[in-house]
Amino acid sequence: MKPRPRNLTDAAKKWWLTGKESLQREATRQGFGRGIVAAAKQDERVYALTADLKGSTGLSAFAERYPKRFVDVGVAEQSLAGIAAGMASEGLKPVMASFAVFSPGRNWDFIRTQIAYSRLPVIIVGSHAGLATGEDGATHQALEDVALMRSLPGMTILSPGDGNEAAFLIRAAIKKGKPAYLRLAREKTPQLIKRPALIGKGSWLLEGDDVCIITTGSMAFPALEAAKRLWAKHKKSASVLHAHTIKPLDAAALERAGKHELVITLEDHDVIGGLGSAAAELLARERRAAPLIRLGVNDRFGESGTPGQLYKKHGLDAQGISSAVMRALRE
Amino acid sequence: MARTAKQKDSLKEKAYELRKDILRMVHAAGSGHPGGSLSSIDLLLVLYERILKHDPERPAWPRRDRFVLSAGHVCPALYAVLADQGYFPKKRLSTLRKLGSPLQGHPELGSLPGIENSSGPLGQGYAFAVGKAMAAKLQKKKWKTYCLASDGEHDEGAVWEAAQEAAHHNLGNLCVIIDRNDIQISGRTTDVLDLKDLKRKYKAFGWKTVEIDGHNHRLIEDALTYFTYQQDDKPFCIIAHTTIGKGVTFMENNPLWHGKALDDEELAQALRELDRKQRAKHLKRLLRSKGVLR
Repeated sequence: MKPRPRNLTDAAKKWWLTGKESLQREATRQGFGRGIVAAAKQDERVYALTADLKGSTGLSAFAERYPKRFVDVGVAEQSLAGIAAGMASEGLKPVMASFAVFSPGRNWDFIRTQIAYSRLPVIIVGSHAGLATGEDGATHQALEDVALMRSLPGMTILSPGDGNEAAFLIRAAIKKGKPAYLRLAREKTPQLIKRPALIGKGSWLLEGDDVCIITTGSMAFPALEAAKRLWAKHKKSASVLHAHTIKPLDAAALERAGKHELVITLEDHDVIGGLGSAAAELLARERRAAPLIRLGVNDRFGESGTPGQLYKKHGLDAQGISSAVMRALRE
Repeated sequence: MARTAKQKDSLKEKAYELRKDILRMVHAAGSGHPGGSLSSIDLLLVLYERILKHDPERPAWPRRDRFVLSAGHVCPALYAVLADQGYFPKKRLSTLRKLGSPLQGHPELGSLPGIENSSGPLGQGYAFAVGKAMAAKLQKKKWKTYCLASDGEHDEGAVWEAAQEAAHHNLGNLCVIIDRNDIQISGRTTDVLDLKDLKRKYKAFGWKTVEIDGHNHRLIEDALTYFTYQQDDKPFCIIAHTTIGKGVTFMENNPLWHGKALDDEELAQALRELDRKQRAKHLKRLLRSKGVLR
């Protein structure tokens, strides 16, 4: 049976059913920027910090609206984390934003001891994650950040699939009052998700019968495109489970995913230590889980190019994903 | 500030008592960092006795001054002072570094009353203290933040990052005390990584700086009191020249004692020396008060 649309916006549903695209696009970093302004309006303890990347991380509106609650520490990511932790220890709710390669890339040790170990409610926002960062090249494409953060006890990892979900998740994370990492992308992506799920819950975007694609972050749309192609070309019916929370990963949803013929994880991150690893760890507990293939960046660094070119090169576009699925099904 | 001779002397005697606590604690643990604990104990004692607004009965009192230990390895000194001030029973000191003890090998925020931060990885507490001072300033709170850093810690670039932050953000409510004992784990700071003229560096970074003998209680108190009185919005740095292992002759100025516990015999010898000095101090005060010693 053709996959049934589930938690998709009306426009995305229409796109799925008719192929006509009129989807609004927004980068998750912009959605985050909207969300934090809304959060600050409700709670005066919300502060934003950045390391000289106000505009790029989506904090311009916040800085304009709440200049007294905005701190730019300069190009100093270690101080960013240390200062945010110190502020959190005084009852504030700091959100610290930089590029994911620098934070948590450069200041992981500070995040580990001052935030995670100290159980202080700092939200770490890593923008420009993944290959989708594009032309800046490998030095600026964080492909390891999820792995770094997954290894920290008590750290929640959030990776929104569209701008609206990013706006929702930053508010939810602040409200939760625990250390969390919010992973954002530079590129605009279509608004797809009707109702963002609660932290820790997966969203079923499509319900199919044969294979299950588990996706996170900006890979939600390529996953849907791949599902479309799998049905149109091969009459394979794919479910798409969008996991905006990578840690803790939704175990119940994973159990359901494991009942398909094949499970595919899809992420703009190295396959080592990211969503694929997290899914493998959960599926390994199931007695009869389906085989798993992990799509992502395969133990290598990125390079310069457009996001589209890079996704194609790494087999992360609709064609690459569907061929990987068909190859695995034939084996 | 007017003080009686009695108060002054009892502080000195207490410093011996705390030195003994530190050595016993590290000896019982079988590992730890006694050298820097002995070099910084006078700074901590004067701070907690004379300067810090705090209440051991209410460790979370919102208007208390904050003390952030950045050089987490000298926590035996902090634990000894906190127990002495009444934050927790003194008998807990013997659990240092033991399984299940709140006295972790390096401090953990939330494990023990009076501990304001987790530290150990050098350079982190410094930025954390800047964050606290910034939170106070942003919310117009009156309390001050004190931070103890070590000189070896200044090898870390993160220290200089944070020092720039404090000056740029005009954190006149922050006082950093540097335990300048000239020794780090693998040798003398001049051999490992020479910090050169720390005072001039801090000055160039936009700080107000004083340099004192870090074992002279009166000078420590005067420098800290000056910090509390002045209204500058420059952050304040006290470079306190100290001696590693201070008080125990065989430990003094020897890098070996940066991170090594004393064995039974060494402990006995160290305690004998400290006892003798403490008694001499006490008797001197007694004889003076009776007017028979000039």
